[in-house]
Amino acid sequence: MNMQLVGLAIFDGIAYAALVFLVAVGLTLVFGVLRILNVAHGSFYAIGAYITASVGGAVAAGGYSPFLAFPLMLIAACLVGIVLGVTIEKFLLRRVYDAEEALQLLVTFAVFMILEDVQRLVWGTQPYFESSALQALGNIEVLGIFYTKFQLIFLPVVAITVLIGLRLFLRRTLSGKLILAVTEDREGAASIGIDADRVYLLTFVIGTALAAFGGALASATTSVVPGMGADMIVLSFAVAATAGLGQIEGAAIAALLIGLGRSFAVYLMPEMEVLMPYLIMLLVLLWRPQGLFGVAQSRKI
Amino acid sequence: MKTVTTFLAIIVAIGLVVLPLYFPWTQVILTLALAKGLAVLGIIVLLQAGQVSFGHALFFAVSAYAAAYLGQAFAGGELLTMIVVGVAASLVAGLLVGLFVVRYRYIFFGMLNLAFSMILFSVLEKFYHLTGGSDGMQVARPLVLGMEFEREGFETLLFYGTFVIAAVAGLAVHRFLVSPVGNMMKTIKTNETRLEYLGVSPRSVLLTGYVLSAGLCGIGGVLMAVAQGIVTPEYAWWIRSGELVFIAILGGAGSVWGAFVGSIVYEFVRTFASAFAGDVWQMVLGVFLLIIILFAPSGLVGLWNRVTGRGESSTSGQSVPAKPQPAASKEPSA
Repeated sequence: MNMQLVGLAIFDGIAYAALVFLVAVGLTLVFGVLRILNVAHGSFYAIGAYITASVGGAVAAGGYSPFLAFPLMLIAACLVGIVLGVTIEKFLLRRVYDAEEALQLLVTFAVFMILEDVQRLVWGTQPYFESSALQALGNIEVLGIFYTKFQLIFLPVVAITVLIGLRLFLRRTLSGKLILAVTEDREGAASIGIDADRVYLLTFVIGTALAAFGGALASATTSVVPGMGADMIVLSFAVAATAGLGQIEGAAIAALLIGLGRSFAVYLMPEMEVLMPYLIMLLVLLWRPQGLFGVAQSRKI
Repeated sequence: MKTVTTFLAIIVAIGLVVLPLYFPWTQVILTLALAKGLAVLGIIVLLQAGQVSFGHALFFAVSAYAAAYLGQAFAGGELLTMIVVGVAASLVAGLLVGLFVVRYRYIFFGMLNLAFSMILFSVLEKFYHLTGGSDGMQVARPLVLGMEFEREGFETLLFYGTFVIAAVAGLAVHRFLVSPVGNMMKTIKTNETRLEYLGVSPRSVLLTGYVLSAGLCGIGGVLMAVAQGIVTPEYAWWIRSGELVFIAILGGAGSVWGAFVGSIVYEFVRTFASAFAGDVWQMVLGVFLLIIILFAPSGLVGLWNRVTGRGESSTSGQSVPAKPQPAASKEPSA
């Protein structure tokens, strides 16, 4: 393996990690606050990708500037977050917060099944490919390797912005502090007058929008096909669990670990590519059951 | 009360045996439903301990592929050997995976199971020369006790064979659930620490249940492979595992009954939904699942008990209370 291949593997890994991080951080944020592992999270990713690819395709066909694809991604993410996020949290999740974990998981699993068919009904089964955003930014040469600016610079910058933004939001703004308070102790927060229901809703909408945003960005780099949501949910589970559920900064590091592990596998042992994320997650969880950055919970007697 | 249940069980069993005689098209559906029901039985064993596995399709696939390899190695093979070897393979797999996963609870338990099953799924899909990749492997119709059968005869035999296996497994699991170990399983859900105070190792209790559930999935896997005549990596896919959990909740996670009631209803709904609403059958199932969870969280069996006014019968009535509370356990002790 020469230097160029190593460089390529690292670039691939970083670009991939940035996308996976956006999805996984939404998942882990929702879990941290609502204590629900949302299986339908992958569907939000897929729907975000579908909207961007289909609308973006129409915009590009209409001869408008390819740079319109960027605001479109944000709009798609907000749309999915508000429409799907609010509906699902208000009408479904709110009813099962006190139920067993098994049932909560299954509610989101049912939503996932429904959304899979919704995607098929709306967008059909043919793949969508719309890369005007990727091409608009052009290429860059680093260490003698040509790589797209979109993947090498734009995606990591977005991921880091989201990471810092989330951190500032949670620590510095009132809404963020409310979210942290409810995460820490729901009853305690409610007893001093915090509207926990609103905090749950807000968190779920943010989480949903982040997944859709990840999908919107991903649509510029790969073709959008049925089943992409199912693959992504397992992957972002793996990232979130490796980091420790609820760990936002940890998710970034876990995403890098898994992204790099996967891209090196692509060049060294192609059959191992799909296996890599799960192997990493297994090894980490066997060594640290609460994840790399998770805090072991004290047991109640 | 007890006699009513027994009476009902006999009626339903006779109904199942007779149905294919009058409606031949139901035979294959019922065979598949019962095979899946056996796997769901395994999920229900784990649900007693409050643990949800999102990866039990792993054991389903292990035994199905074991049967397929056996069939290819011996040009057809023998059904009984397939079942024995398939179940043995899934028991071994269950023990190996179980040794790791019984150290974890709840989400992590589910996730680790998911990871193991996805690893098998990727191996089955990627190692084309060994497993046939995503095309899977053919399973030729095996001999039964050295005798060769025509397609129709074999299907009939398979149905009644599956029926007998399901009945025996159902009784065995029922015995297990009321046995001391079965009750300890329930204690893992209600208050694990108390179990430790009694000097019992929750891990070994859960491991017993885990291996049992893997074996049950194994039987289901072999029967499914033989009934369908083909095995594909999809057997190990996480959606399959989710489906098994879905059926368990649909039927009612509290009782052995739930597994078979759930799987039969599921298989019929699925068949009709894909026949009459081809594009949206998943959506139909999803809506169905939501309705069950929101309005009948103790499943079809619980619904039946409520309708017939037998709400607090053993474990099925209140099978879905709130999160396990450290407070007093509601389960009767025997």
